[in-house]
Amino acid sequence: MKLPEIDLCLIAPEIIVAAFGFFVLLVDVFFSKRENKAYLGWISLVGIFFAGALAVTQAGSVKSGFEGMFISDGYALFFRITFLIIAFLTVLISMGYTQREGIAFGEYYALILFATLGMMLMAAGTHLVIIFLGLETMSISIYILAGMMREDKRSVEAALKYFLLGAFATGFLLYGIALIYGATGSLYLKDVASYIASKNLLRNPMLLMSLVFLTIGFGFKIASVPFHMWTPDVYEGAPTSITAFMATGVKAAGFSALVRVFFSALPGFRPDWTSIMWLIAVATMTVGNIVAISQSNIKRMLAYSSIAHAGYILVAFVAGNDLGVSGILFYLMAYAFMNIGAFTCVILLGKKGEENTLIRDYAGIGFKYPLLSAAMTIFLLSMAGIPPLGGFMAKFYVFSAAVKEKFYWLAILGVLNSAVSVYYYLRVTVLMYFREPEREITGLQFSPAAVAALVLAVIGTLYMGIFPSNVLSFAQKSIAGLM
Amino acid sequence: MFEYVWLIPLFPAIGFVLNGFLGRRLGKGFVSWVGPSAIGLSFLTAIFIFFELIGRPPAERHFEKVIFDWVVSGNFRTVIGYQIDPLSILMALVVTGVSFFIHIYSVGYMHDDPGYPRYFTYLNLFVFMMLNLILANNFLLMFVGWEGVGLCSYLLIGFWFEKDSASNAGKKAFVVNRVGDFGFILGMFLLFTSLGKHGIWTLDFTEVFANANKLDPATVTTITILLFIGACGKSAQIPLYVWLPDAMEGPTPVSSLIHAATMVTAGVYMVARCNVLYSMAPVSMAIVAIVGVATAIYTASIGFCQTDIKKVLAYSTISQLGYMFLGVGVGAYSAGIFHLMTHAFFKGLLFLGAGSVMHALSGELDMRKMGALRKKIPITFWTFFIATLAIAGIPGLSGFFSKDEILWQAFSSSHGHFLLWLVAAVAAGMTAFYMFRALFMTFFGQSRVDPHVAHHIHESPKIMTVPLMILAFLSIVGGYVGVPHVLGGANHVHEFLAPVVGGGAELGKAHAGISLLSQAWASSGEAGGHSAALELLMMVISVVIALIGIGIAYLFYIKNPALPKLLAERWRGLYRLVYNKYYVDELYEILFINSLKSLGTGLWRGFDDFVIDGTVNGIAYLIGWLSGSIRRVQTGLVQNYAFAMILGGVIIAGYYLIRGIFY
Repeated sequence: MKLPEIDLCLIAPEIIVAAFGFFVLLVDVFFSKRENKAYLGWISLVGIFFAGALAVTQAGSVKSGFEGMFISDGYALFFRITFLIIAFLTVLISMGYTQREGIAFGEYYALILFATLGMMLMAAGTHLVIIFLGLETMSISIYILAGMMREDKRSVEAALKYFLLGAFATGFLLYGIALIYGATGSLYLKDVASYIASKNLLRNPMLLMSLVFLTIGFGFKIASVPFHMWTPDVYEGAPTSITAFMATGVKAAGFSALVRVFFSALPGFRPDWTSIMWLIAVATMTVGNIVAISQSNIKRMLAYSSIAHAGYILVAFVAGNDLGVSGILFYLMAYAFMNIGAFTCVILLGKKGEENTLIRDYAGIGFKYPLLSAAMTIFLLSMAGIPPLGGFMAKFYVFSAAVKEKFYWLAILGVLNSAVSVYYYLRVTVLMYFREPEREITGLQFSPAAVAALVLAVIGTLYMGIFPSNVLSFAQKSIAGLM
Repeated sequence: MFEYVWLIPLFPAIGFVLNGFLGRRLGKGFVSWVGPSAIGLSFLTAIFIFFELIGRPPAERHFEKVIFDWVVSGNFRTVIGYQIDPLSILMALVVTGVSFFIHIYSVGYMHDDPGYPRYFTYLNLFVFMMLNLILANNFLLMFVGWEGVGLCSYLLIGFWFEKDSASNAGKKAFVVNRVGDFGFILGMFLLFTSLGKHGIWTLDFTEVFANANKLDPATVTTITILLFIGACGKSAQIPLYVWLPDAMEGPTPVSSLIHAATMVTAGVYMVARCNVLYSMAPVSMAIVAIVGVATAIYTASIGFCQTDIKKVLAYSTISQLGYMFLGVGVGAYSAGIFHLMTHAFFKGLLFLGAGSVMHALSGELDMRKMGALRKKIPITFWTFFIATLAIAGIPGLSGFFSKDEILWQAFSSSHGHFLLWLVAAVAAGMTAFYMFRALFMTFFGQSRVDPHVAHHIHESPKIMTVPLMILAFLSIVGGYVGVPHVLGGANHVHEFLAPVVGGGAELGKAHAGISLLSQAWASSGEAGGHSAALELLMMVISVVIALIGIGIAYLFYIKNPALPKLLAERWRGLYRLVYNKYYVDELYEILFINSLKSLGTGLWRGFDDFVIDGTVNGIAYLIGWLSGSIRRVQTGLVQNYAFAMILGGVIIAGYYLIRGIFY
């Protein structure tokens, strides 16, 4: 019997993340008496930083390992970095917040690290089982994290809803994977593609059915219409730091797997999926933006806005050209900065026993908390797609990709949607600066770590808007060999 | 040193940031040091780079430094990059040098102004933008600088914004420039797309000019005319000159720096920079030359009747800019740039001198309330006198050499014409007249100063007079770098600029009319085109014309001060016409402003209120309603959510099924 070849260097960043996850758990057991768990956050930050540094050293090389189930290529690298940035910012904003809300459990940070591990596997897996394992590792960690506030009914409700519907979606995904195996006899993405091409299985009903199921499974994770309905309830109920993590990390992970699977394993079905994705993209953008308008809770509004952003990213997915796919990567990175930034502002505006998550709570804070409001304005404008911010360049690349592939209507609908979105983003800004406060918000305590995250997010958003070419060329290099 | 070209714009940028953010807190002393020394450092850098450049053989005098990629989209890539070549470094030297002295002068002039930090913030920002305009290695970055200097000009014209006239003048400058900038943008777009048709997606100067020969003549002509419209706006040429006289509402050093020495010459620089394109489009060149010479004589005539000393200088600036355009329009790019340089010296000086006069007279601008200041403010007088001699084209001073080269080229170049020369020469005489008129009215004759102002007339402090003296020195010697061959000089400027603007090989070839004339003239002398004698004769003629102008001014304002009034009475209508600047402002008011206003009002009341607002409000209402109703689908019940997912799956599967059947 031949022993499988094992190259641990290949998964070094994943190992680091996992090891630090266990380490955090372990340390917490030994120091369980300590009330302040922020030191666990610092440990996690160190782990994330090391994992990132290791990932960067692998840049430029493409290596496949574990019998070809795992690959460390540019695509994996880009997403690893994106996930690690997201995890880093999430931990930063969590340290003060968990303490404040009384959810400072040791497993909190460990679960974030495990979820990050799952995401990284999803982006680097070239075998459907690895991708599925990654997805489950991520999802189960998040189910728990969403329900961290055990005393809060909404948090528990969110966790349960997310779990039930997530399990439902996972069923579909697994079924889709099984059908692929049934039709092609393989779960390696490349083998599936070559088998389909060689046997000309493009009209095979089993594969078409698997396409439907994969669309549902991944569509659930990225929160696309009509698989999005859990989003507002879960985002509203979950702890805000976890909401930020879900809106950016889970979405990015979902897209990383979706793009890899569809473009590597099922490229032959592109004519089939294109029109479906076209429809989903339009529906997702439109529903997200339109319903966001009538929200009164900012977390719910940002939930719908995150649905809309999934729609914009799907526009690039439909375009499917080089610019489109690198645009997806760019978009997810930019979105990570601006969205986590916005949620950080939401966190900072709350205090113990008073979350202040209603949109009208923002009235008049512009002059009371000028820097916080300025940062929030930057994030909201970026999400609305106003230059010179990252969100603008992201939308620009996405829509130009669609135009380049002659999806004119898609681009037009996207731009119109973007115009609609300006309304609800600007409404918050207008409230902040042009309205008198309804009641005084006083006694806010700004945790230094969260402020650091805010600064990083502002820098990221501005950097990607003013010097977009660095990240874009990184993204363009990353997708080489993917398609 | 070339690698560090980015230092040149960086220093003013740092100055801008420091003054902008800390100036108010750290006070005047800080600002007075940061503002001028930022410019001084970039002047020094420019000098170092200049000397390194002339150390190289002429063919290798080109260097580009890319700082970073700016916009990358598809196969289009544009960078933030700077280039060093003789043209850009000469401009950089002039801009940083003159700016430096004017910054120092401003320390004295603006000292008691409450907006002191703001003033230097804007002024540093202006220099930063101007240097971007000059050093850019592509059209897009040049345009950034182009717009940036426009912004600073707007901010500084309206510096005393609490005065209505100042803020209106700022707006006027901005709006008129907008018209020109629109032309510039269109020209840039057209250039980009027409090169793109040949697969070359670029706005880089080097690449554009290397591939310019792929364009067809009609396109190049359109592009160059559009670009020239931009130049007309920025450099105040007919018909877009109207903003510059009003721009005198700004502080006097600003008029000197922005509205005389540097920014307004950007158009000339741009045409010289694009000489490859212009040389391909003779029609555009003719337009440039004709607009230039028409502006030169037209605004010189307005200068006759102005009584405000700064307005005289403003019209004179427009007129001199016309000369520069005449120069570049007849293909004598180096002559145009040469005149740009000398003009920066003497016109900068004239404005600073006027500022010094205002300083002495507690802000008086009306020359009818001046007179006999010669003895009271001697340094100001002597420097002003030198500058006046220079602009009048008196031999031996800088203006003589540069103006004469333009005149000669207007006559002799293959793009030139006898009429161009004639008009320009007459305008030169007029220039001499109105400049000496200003000199005589200000410094000679009887004192007409208000009594309560008169008793504290004083010379300006050293910090203002030293820059005056330096600029006066430059106004004298600045011309000796371009002494024409016929006077035994070497014309260094021409040779220095030759790698960029062409060696002027064509200039030797004469057009038919000229060659006839010159042959007739030179039939006895040596063969071979124009003889040196002809060039000398033209020179003598222009000097004589200038002297006549001075003589008339002497007659009118020293010998017989009653004469001007008599003439004004005699030709009342003509006088009023010129005095009111040919009523062009009023004409524009009727033609453009009023008609646009009524069009705007009509559109607002009719179209906007009903159609647009109706649609917008309707859509907003519709979306609000939709939002409310779709929201109701969100029941909060898990089974409903799951049902929606199933429904989605069924729809997708159904689509594949139907597609499978009909495929």
